[in-house]
Amino acid sequence: MTTRTTDVPGTPPTPPTPPTSSDTRRAWLREHSELGVCVLLLALGVLVLTDALTMDVDITQRGPVGPKTVPVVVGVGLLVIAALLAVDVLRGGHGEAEGGEDVDLSEPADWRTVLLLAGVFLGSAVLIEPLGFPVAGALLFWGAAFALGSRRLDKDPLIAAALSLFTYVVFNNLLGVPLPGGPLMGVL
Amino acid sequence: MDALNSLMDGFATALTPVNLLWAALGVLLGTAIGVLPGIGPAMAVALLLPVTYGLEPIGAFIMFAGIYYGAMFGGSTTSILLNTPGESAAVVAAMEGNPMAKAGRGAQALAAAAIGHFAGGLIGTLLLVALAPTVADLAVDIGAPDYFAIMVLAFIAVTSVLGSSRIRGLASLLIGLTLGLVGLDQMTGQQRLTFGSLQLADGIDVVIVAVGLFAIGEALWVAAHLRRSPGKPIPVGRPWLGREDVRRTWKSWLRGPLIGFPFGAIPAGGAEIPTFLSYATEKRLSKHKDDWGKGAIEGVAGPESAASASAAGTLVSMLTLGLPTTAVAAVMLAAFQQYGIQPGPLLFEREPDLVWGLIASLFVGMVLLLALNLPLAPVWAKLLRIPRPYLYAGILFFAAVGAYAVGGEVIDLVILLIIGLIGFGMRRYGLPVLPAVIGVILGPNAEQQLRRALQISDGSVSGLVNTPFAVTVYAVTALLLIWPLLRKLVTRVRAKPEPAAK
Repeated sequence: MTTRTTDVPGTPPTPPTPPTSSDTRRAWLREHSELGVCVLLLALGVLVLTDALTMDVDITQRGPVGPKTVPVVVGVGLLVIAALLAVDVLRGGHGEAEGGEDVDLSEPADWRTVLLLAGVFLGSAVLIEPLGFPVAGALLFWGAAFALGSRRLDKDPLIAAALSLFTYVVFNNLLGVPLPGGPLMGVL
Repeated sequence: MDALNSLMDGFATALTPVNLLWAALGVLLGTAIGVLPGIGPAMAVALLLPVTYGLEPIGAFIMFAGIYYGAMFGGSTTSILLNTPGESAAVVAAMEGNPMAKAGRGAQALAAAAIGHFAGGLIGTLLLVALAPTVADLAVDIGAPDYFAIMVLAFIAVTSVLGSSRIRGLASLLIGLTLGLVGLDQMTGQQRLTFGSLQLADGIDVVIVAVGLFAIGEALWVAAHLRRSPGKPIPVGRPWLGREDVRRTWKSWLRGPLIGFPFGAIPAGGAEIPTFLSYATEKRLSKHKDDWGKGAIEGVAGPESAASASAAGTLVSMLTLGLPTTAVAAVMLAAFQQYGIQPGPLLFEREPDLVWGLIASLFVGMVLLLALNLPLAPVWAKLLRIPRPYLYAGILFFAAVGAYAVGGEVIDLVILLIIGLIGFGMRRYGLPVLPAVIGVILGPNAEQQLRRALQISDGSVSGLVNTPFAVTVYAVTALLLIWPLLRKLVTRVRAKPEPAAK
């Protein structure tokens, strides 16, 4: 489930055939990119059903309804909904993108920022154990702010470090929620 | 007057210095986070969940209640001064509040909203005190089939009442139910959707789902469409009301709760419908019809009061039936489950200290909020100027803290990101987020009740409908389901053919 799939799912690497037909096809796919949601729901339904049907249930089943029943119902539900949604989309229905205070839907989606943020997030997740929370958290905040367009090299790292250290102390020492300190806290 | 005695005990709990401190901290944090643009109460509560991990349940829920009410108070400040409401319930506050602020009456709009929240919260919480024990008593005998019926009602209501498309609502619900399936089956220990992974065998923590869908999903979604020039908040002084304003608003403050409270208690999408209803009512009853659309103070006072009262109504169903009717209640239910406490009819018997301490702290919180908001509004308004990169970086940061604090596992952060990306896709394609959250939280529980009910009836489906309570609930559910068909019929009778767009 990557951002790429939610963007233009199923867009085939268009062969250099007549440009007009491939252009219209691409436009059609772009228009109906919501079909990608149907594909994902379908895939999820198949996954849930396969998992349910390959289950080994001769272990102690208590009651007439075993652990299979609900997954089967959910899986079938997903398949049905995927089909219904596809019909709805092909008939011209479309889900409305959500608005918000800082959301400007008139501009096309800025995928670079989203991928950058996801990358920064994953990177910090990996670093949290070797470097400790204060360092990884500061990198997360700074990296995210950078990805979102903040370029104050004098201010951003300081804010990030202060926020991260403060959060660490509040959680770890005041609220009793342990966070890894890492080598930095060992030195301090 | 059993309830009054219990409430007094509750105050004894809530007014201990430590708990008072948690309440104050909760309202401060709640207001601050609620004022921040782009953060509604649900995200505020989800983000602040980890703050309470280290606390005792009572302290945690007292703080929670403060955060909830504080976030609502704060949210109206954003609507009025920035005209870009973060959540649907705050839309109404912007409709009259923002024109007032533009006309230099921002101080009055803020005061009308703050006192409206106070009045609505006070009346709503009083109704909660009066009604909740009765509802809990009535519900105390309900069994597995009844619980299952209630949960089916919640599922159908949350997909049918909210949003514009039922198919999309159902899709969201099914995604939530699927996430809820991951892990060991509670009755047999059977692994489901774990793919042999030990980490997944524990299931996906609901906190991670809530934070992922609400916070990460929202932050990524905003990042993809970040407005290059964010709106400028209107500067404002200390809120106050003139005598004429009070004369125009006091009835609105009192009318709001009558509309808000019942709507909060039923699964009808929380504060959205009652605030609009209150707005329409006030408009009809107003003697100053020319002002509407240009800044009618009743249009701020009534809906805000209705919003707060609906929050209290939400707590009635959440505490007595374990039925979350709003996103915030869903997150609170998740928080209860973290402590191994199951809200429901027995909660009032088993955990009287906790419940009544929580209810009493709602009163304490409201007084604190009024005291905080009236004089400090200009200070809170400064938060509206926060640079957007810091705001959304901060949301990601605290979401990561929260998810990591759940179990200290890096894999949780990866799951959080994946769920955040799902939340992103849902926002892009108009799938409402709330049904998914309700699905994750109620799904496993609903399955258990279903299986228990069928176990009792030895597999006969009649075991699901053998109580009058369950039958009534199913009747209501059926009504919800056929309602759009009925409406279509009515419009067709009126000879207004509409294309079946949905």
